[in-house]
Amino acid sequence: MELKKELPEIFEEFAEARRNSFISAKKVKDNNIPMIGTFCTYFPQELAIAMGAITVSLCSTSDETIPDAEKDLPRNLCPLIKSSYGFAKTDKCPYFYFSDLIVGETTCDGKKKMYEYLGQFKNVHVMNLPNTQSEDSLVLWKKEIIRLKEALEAQFGVTITEDDIRAAIRSRNDVRRAMKRFYSLSKLDPVPMTGVDQYKVLYGSTFRMDQRIKENKLASDIDDIIAKIMTEYETNKLPKKPRILVTGCPLGGVMEKIVGAIEQNGAYVVCYENCGGAKAVEDLVDEENPDVYDALARKYLNIGCSCMSPNPNRILLMDRLIDEYKVDAVVEVILQACHTYNVETLSIKRFVNQEKGIPYMSVETDFSTSDAGQLNTRLAAFIEML
Amino acid sequence: MLTLGIDSGSTTTKGALFDGTQVVRTAILPTSANPRESILALYHQLHSPEVTFTVSTGYGRDLLEEADQKVTEITCHARGAAYLNPATRVVVDIGGQDSKVILLDNGLNVVDFLMNDKCAAGTGRFIEVMMRILEEDLASIDEFVVGKHPVNISSMCTVFAESEIVSLLATGADRGDVALGVIQSICRRTAVFAQKLSLQEEVFFSGGLANFESFRSTLQSFLGLKVNTHPLSQYAGAIGASVVAYNKAKRLQRV
Repeated sequence: MELKKELPEIFEEFAEARRNSFISAKKVKDNNIPMIGTFCTYFPQELAIAMGAITVSLCSTSDETIPDAEKDLPRNLCPLIKSSYGFAKTDKCPYFYFSDLIVGETTCDGKKKMYEYLGQFKNVHVMNLPNTQSEDSLVLWKKEIIRLKEALEAQFGVTITEDDIRAAIRSRNDVRRAMKRFYSLSKLDPVPMTGVDQYKVLYGSTFRMDQRIKENKLASDIDDIIAKIMTEYETNKLPKKPRILVTGCPLGGVMEKIVGAIEQNGAYVVCYENCGGAKAVEDLVDEENPDVYDALARKYLNIGCSCMSPNPNRILLMDRLIDEYKVDAVVEVILQACHTYNVETLSIKRFVNQEKGIPYMSVETDFSTSDAGQLNTRLAAFIEML
Repeated sequence: MLTLGIDSGSTTTKGALFDGTQVVRTAILPTSANPRESILALYHQLHSPEVTFTVSTGYGRDLLEEADQKVTEITCHARGAAYLNPATRVVVDIGGQDSKVILLDNGLNVVDFLMNDKCAAGTGRFIEVMMRILEEDLASIDEFVVGKHPVNISSMCTVFAESEIVSLLATGADRGDVALGVIQSICRRTAVFAQKLSLQEEVFFSGGLANFESFRSTLQSFLGLKVNTHPLSQYAGAIGASVVAYNKAKRLQRV
C-alpha cells in the first residue's frame, strides 16, 4: 500500500491549531510510518503497535461537520457518529485524512451501519465484535483479532510476529499503568486536580505521535505530570466539594457543557468511567498468557460497554470506582439517540440509588450549545441536592 | 428582620418576603422582553433596610446583581412547596416554558427530580397558545370547561396541536370541549413524565396553572394520587427562595 503523505486541498483554509495537527501528522507519514484510525476502545491497539504503526482516535467532538453528514445520514442519529462521518467526508480532520486504514467494530447499530457508507470512500476494515461476553464470543473475537492481523500484514506488506505482539502488549500495559497512576490521584480528598484538567490529560494522550515501542515517552511524560501535581498539592490544596463520578457515552464533544458546568456549580469530577477514562484502562492484557491472541481477546471483550448484552462489567467497575474514589453522586451523559446507553440508564440508576445509596442523574445532549443553559440549571440543582 | 426571594420565570416574575415563620408579602409582575428590568422592579418594590439576605431563582436568576445568592428553581420550588404544605413528597411544577417533578424525602430535602425543558407541550405556554386560538381568557378557564366533554388532542407538539385545533374548530367542535381536551393533554403529558420517578402521596402542584381547579383535578385523576395546591402556589419558587435566604441568613448570623 502507498501511504498518504500530501496535505489536503482544503488545508489553507484551516485555523492554526488544526494546521499544526495536520503538519505533525504529515511528519509521521513522511517517515513512512503507517497511521491507523480507530473508533472504539475495542480496537486491539497492540496489533498496530506491533507492526510499527501509530493509531489515532477518530471519534469526533464538534458539530462543525454534522450538516455535511446529514446529507447522507439521518438527523436523529448520535452526534458522534454524524460528526465523525462528516469529518471523513470533508477532509477537515488530519487523522481521518492521513489514516491509511480505518478499523471499526460492530459495536452500536449507528456505527456499524455508518461504516458501510464510510467504506465507500475510505479504506475500512470492520471487526465483528460479539454482543455478549460468553466463551463462544471469545472464540469469535479471537478469530477476528487474527483476521485483523492478517489484513494488516496483507495491506501493509509486513509480518507481525508473536514476539512483536508480546512487546506491544508490554508497552501498552506500561501506558495503561501510567494512566491509572495519574487518574488515581483524584482518589485524594481534597482532589489534586479538577476533572476538566484530568480529562485534558487523558484525552490528549490518545493523540500522541510517539506510540511506537522505542519512541514511547507517554508513560514517563505522565509520571512527570504526576510529580508536578503532587508538588503543588503539598502547598496549594483545592477546597473540599462533592465528588462526582461521570459515566455513559464518550465525553469529548460535551466536556464544557457537562464537566465544566459541574465544576462551576460547586462539585468536582473525580473519576470518568467512560471509554476515555477507566473503562478501557483498568484491566491490563495478561503478559503471561502464552497465546497472545487469547490474551488480547480476553482483555478487549471484557470492556463494559452498553453495546454488550447483558453488560455486568460496567456495574462491577462502577461499584469499585464509587468506593475507591469516595464518590458522592453519579452523573450519566447520554448522547442523543444512543439507544444502548440510554436504555441502560435505568439499571445504572437502580444500582447507584439502591445498591450504592447515592444520587444519580442522567442528561441527554448533543454537540450543539443550544441546551447549555438548561443543562447548567439541571446540574446546579443536582449539586445543590448533595 | 426579613429575607427576600425572587423567582424570575419566563412568563412572570414573583417575589416573597419571609420573617422566619410567615410569608409577610408577595408580589408578581409579568416578565417583560427585558427580564432584568422586571426582576429589578420587583426587587425595588420589596426590598427594604429590614431585608438582610436576598436569594434569586428561576431562569433569570443571574440577572439580579443585588442578590446575595443564586439558587436553582428546583431547590426553591421544593423548599416553597414544603413550606406551604409539609405533607408534600412530590412537587409538580408546570411553568411558563418548562415543567418539573421533584421528589422530597421525610426531611423535605430534594432526593430526585426531572425537568422537561426541551418542549413547550406540557407547559403553561401550550395552554396560552391554545386559549389565544379559542379567543378565551385563561383566567376564566374553570367556568369555560364546566360540563364539557374533552376532545382528544393527539399532536405531541405545540405547533402541530395549534393546527389540529384550528382544524377541529373548522369542523364545528365546541370550544369548551377543545379547551378541556387541551387541559387533559397537558396533564396527561405531565403525569406520564412524572411517573419516571417513584411517586408517593402527597403531591403539591405549583406554577401559574395550579390555581385552576380544572387543572388540579385533571392532574389528580391522571396521577392517581392526591394533588394539593395552595392559594400561594404560584409563588412557591419565590417563597422557597426566601426560606433558603432565611436559613442562610441564620447561618451567617444576619438574623
